[in-house]
Amino acid sequence: MSSFLTRRLATIVPTLLFVTMLIFGLQQLLPGDPAVVLAGEDRDPNVVAYLQQKLHLDQPLPIRYLYWLGGVLRGDLGESLRMQKPVTALIAEKLPVTLELAAIAIVIALVIGIPAGIVSAIAKGTAWDYAANAVALWGLSTPNFWLGIMMILLFSVSLGWLPASGYVSPFEDWRGNLAAMIMPAFVLGNAIAAVLMRHTRSAMLQVLSSDYVRTARAKGLDERVVVLKHALRNAMTPIITLGALELGTLLSGAVLTEQVFTIPGFGKLIVDAVFNRDYAVVQGVVLFTATAYIALNLLADIAYFLVNPRLRG
Amino acid sequence: MTITRLTRGFGAALGLAAVLASAPMQAQTLRFGLAEDPDVLDPTLARTFVGRIVFAALCDKLFDIDEKLAIVPQLAQSYAWSPDGKALTIKVRPGVTFHDGEKLDAAAVKFNIERHKTMAGSNRRGELALVTGVDVVDPMTARLNLSAPFSPLLAQLADRAGMMVSPKAAQAAGDKFGANPVCSGPFKFVERVAQDKIVLERYPGYWNKSQIFLEKVIYLPIVDATVRLANLKSGQLDFIERMAPSDVAALKTDSRFKISKITEIGYQGITMNVGKSELAKTNPIGRDPRVREAFELALDRDGIVQVVMEGEATVGNQWVAPDNPYYAKNVPIPKRDVARAKALLAEAGVPNPTVTLMTPTTSDAQKIAQVVQAMVKDAGFDVKIQSTEFATSLDLADKGQYEAYVLAWSGRADPDGNVYSFDACKQPLNYAGYCKQEIDDLLNKSRTAGDLAERKKAYDQIAAVVLKDRPIVYLFHRHWLWAYTAKLSGLRTIPDGLVRVQGLKFN
Repeated sequence: MSSFLTRRLATIVPTLLFVTMLIFGLQQLLPGDPAVVLAGEDRDPNVVAYLQQKLHLDQPLPIRYLYWLGGVLRGDLGESLRMQKPVTALIAEKLPVTLELAAIAIVIALVIGIPAGIVSAIAKGTAWDYAANAVALWGLSTPNFWLGIMMILLFSVSLGWLPASGYVSPFEDWRGNLAAMIMPAFVLGNAIAAVLMRHTRSAMLQVLSSDYVRTARAKGLDERVVVLKHALRNAMTPIITLGALELGTLLSGAVLTEQVFTIPGFGKLIVDAVFNRDYAVVQGVVLFTATAYIALNLLADIAYFLVNPRLRG
Repeated sequence: MTITRLTRGFGAALGLAAVLASAPMQAQTLRFGLAEDPDVLDPTLARTFVGRIVFAALCDKLFDIDEKLAIVPQLAQSYAWSPDGKALTIKVRPGVTFHDGEKLDAAAVKFNIERHKTMAGSNRRGELALVTGVDVVDPMTARLNLSAPFSPLLAQLADRAGMMVSPKAAQAAGDKFGANPVCSGPFKFVERVAQDKIVLERYPGYWNKSQIFLEKVIYLPIVDATVRLANLKSGQLDFIERMAPSDVAALKTDSRFKISKITEIGYQGITMNVGKSELAKTNPIGRDPRVREAFELALDRDGIVQVVMEGEATVGNQWVAPDNPYYAKNVPIPKRDVARAKALLAEAGVPNPTVTLMTPTTSDAQKIAQVVQAMVKDAGFDVKIQSTEFATSLDLADKGQYEAYVLAWSGRADPDGNVYSFDACKQPLNYAGYCKQEIDDLLNKSRTAGDLAERKKAYDQIAAVVLKDRPIVYLFHRHWLWAYTAKLSGLRTIPDGLVRVQGLKFN
């Protein structure tokens, strides 16, 4: 175990180092001098020169990289020049918002996707099946931003039920928070629900035609018990893996959804930072995300190791 | 069974959405939808137009401008120029306090002007370049000394360079002042959540408090114009700035809302590379003024305004709008004349010139480019539109790697702010690379001339030359479009596009 862990951890250091180089290098490919963009409409040459110095833009690329890496190693991701706030503080402020959005979206996806998949599997070939399939196809093919605007027009402008955009902290007002989150979470969860529905359906169809289900039915078990207890449990395994994979989709989907609904989360942070050439923020956020992925991968590997005795050798 | 349960669950979810209906509006709280997220709220460092909208409630200035662009005292009580125009004596308004209770006096004015001039990264240094120092004449009188007469100074002091912050708070906070600004405006800073909201509340010690009826102002940046309007319609916002021209007609018929508009002090135009780089000499539109004249003659400005802005703009051909006192009447808006344009192109020996038109990706700029492309085609131009992300386009413009560029300017109250940096040799915003000694001389004359008639004469002379050389082909001046709940009254329409909170109230 310990040797496995040591080996696994040892590979993380070069991976992370490579990631920092990649983030830094790709960022430099963005055209446009960040100092010129940050200097605003007037673009006073004194201000541009000051910003270039402050951002170390007057130094060669490797030196700039080392400046940044040195900060990262000390836990300092730099400061947003536009917002005058440390990047770490911005991440701490925005991450919970996006995590909440993603969590609600996953719940919505599960609540819609799995029952719909089960229904269309047990009612295969009926109107219910076709309806569920049509809805799934619609969910898969509807662009996030369009659905978002349409929902705003319906639920906020016409019906006046929900706020059109914005964010309220759940600690301030949980009702307001839920009201603000439900539309963006639905938009985000909608596409994933469709994927989940399709997979649940095929997994269920496969399981329902297997021998042990026939045996269960032959025993005279209630159909409800057969479907929910015997079939669904086995069908769920690939779906759980899929759900975990879809977390990545959620984070990238959040970028668009947060723009449409003006939710001050991770996605909006990074998009605004790219357009404003707020390098420190872009680098910090991407590094944080990459590190989180690597850490999750490591945890998955460890879990796999614990579950699978063959790896322990 | 499962199906009925599902239906029930769906019904319950819809019910929940209905229960979560929006909270009731608080009285006298103005929720204001901004088109962008402001940058740092420090008047010395601030760089964006949208930030100035927030400052209008947060930080008073020595001077302000009114509906007619006239300069009126705000924190100054009165002012006087020395006979040689090299000293401006300002009497400070008595009884003004900052949000931390400190008093505004001549020493505070001196501190602020020096802070603008010396702070690292100050964006005001250029605006106050000619101010050499500030004398405290008596506790309530300050004198700004200049190295040369500079007429636009009052207009500069009617913007961020004239904003006064509490010296005590500024000294304590250093370059972090913008995180918790302390000014002397009608509203004081409460909190800011980046990209989400800026909350201000009424300052009870405001010097002009009889004009303040609101208790709170919350600024919410919402970039998408459709979403901003949806928030207004659904009651989440009371006021939105920069509504899309295409939404005006529909909202006009809705009695729950009002729309106000005013022509901006800025402009929309097409900058031509006439000397920024070698590229200027190698393409017809940069090389030959006749080709640029033909380009302008092929444009139908009314048509552009109708198609691009749905009529919500004023056509123009200069750096100020036709109703501005500094508009040069000797250079009127040219009528479209395709035959003359063709003749000019033939004369220049390029009947079918190719022009690459660099265009930022905003929808207005894209529409302008497409309409212009179609119009000048009639005269023989072959325009290729090069859509470029804004920051990249600035970079290319700065390096002179473009032929023509669709670019807007938000405008300044004094015409100097709309023309000097663009047309004087080697100025930072002179993307055209335009440089003529006689224009530099005239521009400097316009800065030193004391009275309006004399300055106007200088601008007329500048217009006669520059508008013929066409480093920028000016197209139109947008309307600032504000939409707000009909319950709100007291809005003043000032051409700088900033919303004064004084006088605003809910009925």
